[in-house]
Amino acid sequence: MTAQTLPTTTPAQVPVARRRFRRRGGGEDRTSWGTTIILALCTLAVLAPLYATATMAFKTTSQSVDGQVFSLPSPVSVDGFVEAWRLTNFPRGFAISVFVTAVTVVGTVALASLAAYAIARNWDRRFFRWSFFYLLAAMFLPFPVLALSQVKLTGIVGLANPVGVALLHVMFQLSFSVLLFTAFIRGLPEELEESARLDGASTWTVFRRVVFPMMAPMSATVAIFAFLASWNDFMMPSLITADSTLQTLPVLQSVFQTQFSSNYNVAFASYLMAMAPAIVVYLFTQRWVMAGVTQGAIK
Amino acid sequence: MVTAPATRGTTRRGSAGTAAPTPRPADRRHRVPRTFYLFLVPTLVVFTLSITLPAVMGITFSFTDSVGFGEFSFTGLTNYVALFSDPAIRSSYLFTIGFALVTVLLVNVVAFLLAVGLTARIRAKIALRTVFVLPMVISGIVIAYVFNFLFSNSVPQLGQALGIGPLEQSLLADPDLAWTTIVIVTAWQAIPSALLIYIAGILSIPGEVYEAAAMDGASARRRLVSITLPLVAGYVVINLVIGFKNFLNAYDIIVGLTNGGPGTATRSVAMTIFSGFTGGDYAYQMANATIFFLIAVVLAVVQLRLTRGRSAL
Repeated sequence: MTAQTLPTTTPAQVPVARRRFRRRGGGEDRTSWGTTIILALCTLAVLAPLYATATMAFKTTSQSVDGQVFSLPSPVSVDGFVEAWRLTNFPRGFAISVFVTAVTVVGTVALASLAAYAIARNWDRRFFRWSFFYLLAAMFLPFPVLALSQVKLTGIVGLANPVGVALLHVMFQLSFSVLLFTAFIRGLPEELEESARLDGASTWTVFRRVVFPMMAPMSATVAIFAFLASWNDFMMPSLITADSTLQTLPVLQSVFQTQFSSNYNVAFASYLMAMAPAIVVYLFTQRWVMAGVTQGAIK
Repeated sequence: MVTAPATRGTTRRGSAGTAAPTPRPADRRHRVPRTFYLFLVPTLVVFTLSITLPAVMGITFSFTDSVGFGEFSFTGLTNYVALFSDPAIRSSYLFTIGFALVTVLLVNVVAFLLAVGLTARIRAKIALRTVFVLPMVISGIVIAYVFNFLFSNSVPQLGQALGIGPLEQSLLADPDLAWTTIVIVTAWQAIPSALLIYIAGILSIPGEVYEAAAMDGASARRRLVSITLPLVAGYVVINLVIGFKNFLNAYDIIVGLTNGGPGTATRSVAMTIFSGFTGGDYAYQMANATIFFLIAVVLAVVQLRLTRGRSAL
């Protein structure tokens, strides 16, 4: 599978599958209702915890402690959200999460696409080829191995804060992203770049005007994985950020585990607010999520 | 020294991949525009400072008696020798490896069956796939907190109502059973990515193969066992290796569910390593991290070999 087919992997393969089943003929041409029903029942395993989160979030404090997790909220109350908003200082946590995630996404796409372009177009030079393997090697490095030294280093250089967290996220995303971008650029025809160069365009202009626009589908995949990794991360910010008032949303949730343990509606409202952005982004971009997973694993 | 095996594996695969698009003859070697260096070198420098340097530092400190600050002296392999006779370290490795093995099996069985179902002729295919992939995008710590509540409240309630003895108390408080909750929640979150890989694998099987089997009168079950399963075997291997490697790093979900407890029954290797930061045995845990790193390298080499083998098929 070449990188170029990647963004269309899922849609393109659906017709193939359909054709296969149509050709089989006989009684198997019909929809398998049995399978559909079994799968629909299996979705309960995914949906039940999410349903519980949503309903708990809208309950009153007294209803949330009655032990009936799956009951509907009556009356519907937004007190949990108001209280969670205040307890976690939600606007600040949200702003920090958004900041860390935005820097990670932009940084990853920018640095990885530039590096991958340089590598792919100079593959015959040992320096670029080896740089590629050097970046790739980090993919096999478990975070716990580096964590303690990174905590020390970020402390020394004054990066024990969200900026440092974003920087480390970018660096950890590089291996996977450079791999995807490099494979994609290799599949692009070089003629366009050469003709732009003949027209007098510099390398930078060629990249910005010709190569980068063509890479849009791969940039989307890389961006979404950077978004998910960064928005949902708990380990890195909890270890790196020294000042607890500068924590990201996932880390802030721990406040409900240690204090306020009986206000379940408040805790669940907060959980819901922390997970909602990732779910919304996923629903709009699932095509690239699916493409990214398959591509990342097969490479 | 450590990157060598990984690099070697990739070189062969990488060069195979480039052969097609750019067979550049040696005599056409151009001067590399300086801009290309500007595209790459700054990133390499930051990468080296933030990834390579900490790794080298960690490995260096593993040969000292440092407590994380102040003076220290080199003590050779003392930390490593001590590691092998430390019951706390041994139990964290046993727990982590056992947990990873059980989880990787559960994840792959469920993901494979779901993938078979989701590639069959069903209704609402896109909607169903969307739901099954959903857990992948939710923060591990948050989902662990949600399940923490469900395991300590809803499950015991259900257990009492149905009279299932072991479920009447919270699983989280039971040192012998707390690990099952971690397996369930980790699997819940990890099944989507394995599922997507299996879907890709099943869709890559040519329809003709099924046609021929149907003509020979093979039953649906027979086609699953004799065609689908062998033809996605490569994907199974990849999923097993990637999954095992990921689960060895388990941290978020354990912190959110049991925080290593009750006692130290569910303390993973990652949690043990992090304890070196507050527990005063920094160098000792760096030795632990180094061992952990070597295990990861071995797994990476295995993965590269298997991936290459599969694409050759």
